[in-house]
Amino acid sequence: MPDSVYLLKMLNLVSPAVWETIYMVFASGVLAYIIGMPLGIYLVVSSKGHILPSPMVEKTLGTVINILRSAPFIVLMVALIPFTRAVVGTSIGTTAAIVPLVISTAPFVARIVETSLKEVPSGVIEAAQSMGASPWQIITKVLLPESKSSLILGAAITAINVVGYTAMAGAVGGGGLGDLAIQYGYNRFRTDVMIITVAVLVIIVQLIQTLGMRLAVRYSYGRKI
Amino acid sequence: MIEINNLGKVYSGGRSYTRALGGVDLSIPKGSVYGIIGLSGAGKSTLVRCLNLLERPSEGQILINGQDLTVLSGEELRKARRRIGMIFQHFNLLSSRTVAENIAFPLEIDGMKKAEINKIVDELLPLVGLSDKKDSYPSELSGGQKQRVGIARALALKPDVLLCDEATSALDPQTTLSILNLLKDINRELGLTIVIITHEMKVIKEICTHVAVLHDAKCVENATVEEVFTSPKSDIAREFVSSVFPAELPEDLLRELSSHKDSELVRINFLGDTASKPIINGLITECGVQINILYGSVEHLRSSLFGNLILEIRGTDEQRGLAHEYLKSNSLVFSYLNRGGADA
Repeated sequence: MPDSVYLLKMLNLVSPAVWETIYMVFASGVLAYIIGMPLGIYLVVSSKGHILPSPMVEKTLGTVINILRSAPFIVLMVALIPFTRAVVGTSIGTTAAIVPLVISTAPFVARIVETSLKEVPSGVIEAAQSMGASPWQIITKVLLPESKSSLILGAAITAINVVGYTAMAGAVGGGGLGDLAIQYGYNRFRTDVMIITVAVLVIIVQLIQTLGMRLAVRYSYGRKI
Repeated sequence: MIEINNLGKVYSGGRSYTRALGGVDLSIPKGSVYGIIGLSGAGKSTLVRCLNLLERPSEGQILINGQDLTVLSGEELRKARRRIGMIFQHFNLLSSRTVAENIAFPLEIDGMKKAEINKIVDELLPLVGLSDKKDSYPSELSGGQKQRVGIARALALKPDVLLCDEATSALDPQTTLSILNLLKDINRELGLTIVIITHEMKVIKEICTHVAVLHDAKCVENATVEEVFTSPKSDIAREFVSSVFPAELPEDLLRELSSHKDSELVRINFLGDTASKPIINGLITECGVQINILYGSVEHLRSSLFGNLILEIRGTDEQRGLAHEYLKSNSLVFSYLNRGGADA
């Protein structure tokens, strides 16, 4: 049986890492949505036959997003080091990790938001148009509210993705659970720390998914999701 | 009220080129219930969607109350659309909004104040019979109830015109009837002009005052419902009419009767007051022919009676000539079945 001193030590080791991970996921998630959500919306409304069709812009934007998405996170993170240093003053640590996290997550968010908004039936958009709704009204009163539950599920997927990225960021000095697993679990052969880290990550992912599912059901208003 | 001038719509994508509408002219009088019927692919949906410019016409004009919609700018068009309500085959309700919130939607779009919106919504709910469903979500409603929400939503801004795009096609016959009755009431009470797109002649028969028949992107016939039902001019219109008033004799019976000498088969349509004249009695006593009734039906066409009769007239050439004159002088609509359907 592990004694209470051991448990306390472990807690002191793991809990700052948990908070760092949560901080990175939350901060980069929010920033990625601030950038990615408008892009996702624009991808949808500028597509052919939608409310603000503009094939050229859609294609250009789509290509940029695809390029950003094709770079593996670990490569992107290293490639962005000079940029990160310019933005936050350092390339090491939790806050520094947020920069590449946002840049790699924002295009992902754009695609996830795009997919959700495309689920809104064209007939509903047409009905709003027939009532004289402006493009802005259609976005704010039709597209976003109608895809709320799908957007929430998308946010859960994004958050889980970012949890994975933060672990990678940890491997190169970004802090958080990934950092802990590498430094203690791997470099110092602390199998117990490794196991606990993995267990905590599993729990975090489960919590995000469960919360996302609950909220999605609540905002589905009786539809199947 | 609504003038459609030389309306054309062409879809061209890459190498494909489809003419959905080719030069349609229609004039829809104020207060009428105007049916537009056609088979699928005839262009009727395109036509109704052109009326509020959900589909931009390739050529022609749409004049509503004298205003040409095709030349309006974005903001002007949005304003004009608020004078035109529309309901859809698949209802197109907002699933994240309750019944009351769905009805409030066009009012919010229009920028109305909350208190005013609530007042209008509370007036509309009983009109469509949904007072007890105010806070339900669309997923909790039946098809007929959803369409009632659609109707209330379309009426919220007190439009001049209501467009119905296959509004009853997804509903069962009984629900269809109740929705049509609701539309009839609205037409009568609010004096609203209603344009109905359908592929079902029974919808036209039930509520329309006028009908236009679309075929292959063109309007082949348009007149009052009574005219089209009693004397359809095009083959496609005849087909539609016989779909609700099936007055066809079985082939073998027709063949057998046609071989009779000194006998003719006549189809007679009665409408309104002609239905009250004792025609058969007149034929027998005045022309001396013998009459054999092969088929008869009396239907209601909106508020008037519509009769359909197939007679075998037996007699000498002279007697049958008299009978022909008699039918003509009573201004009846009739046609001979065994003379290759030639109209008299």
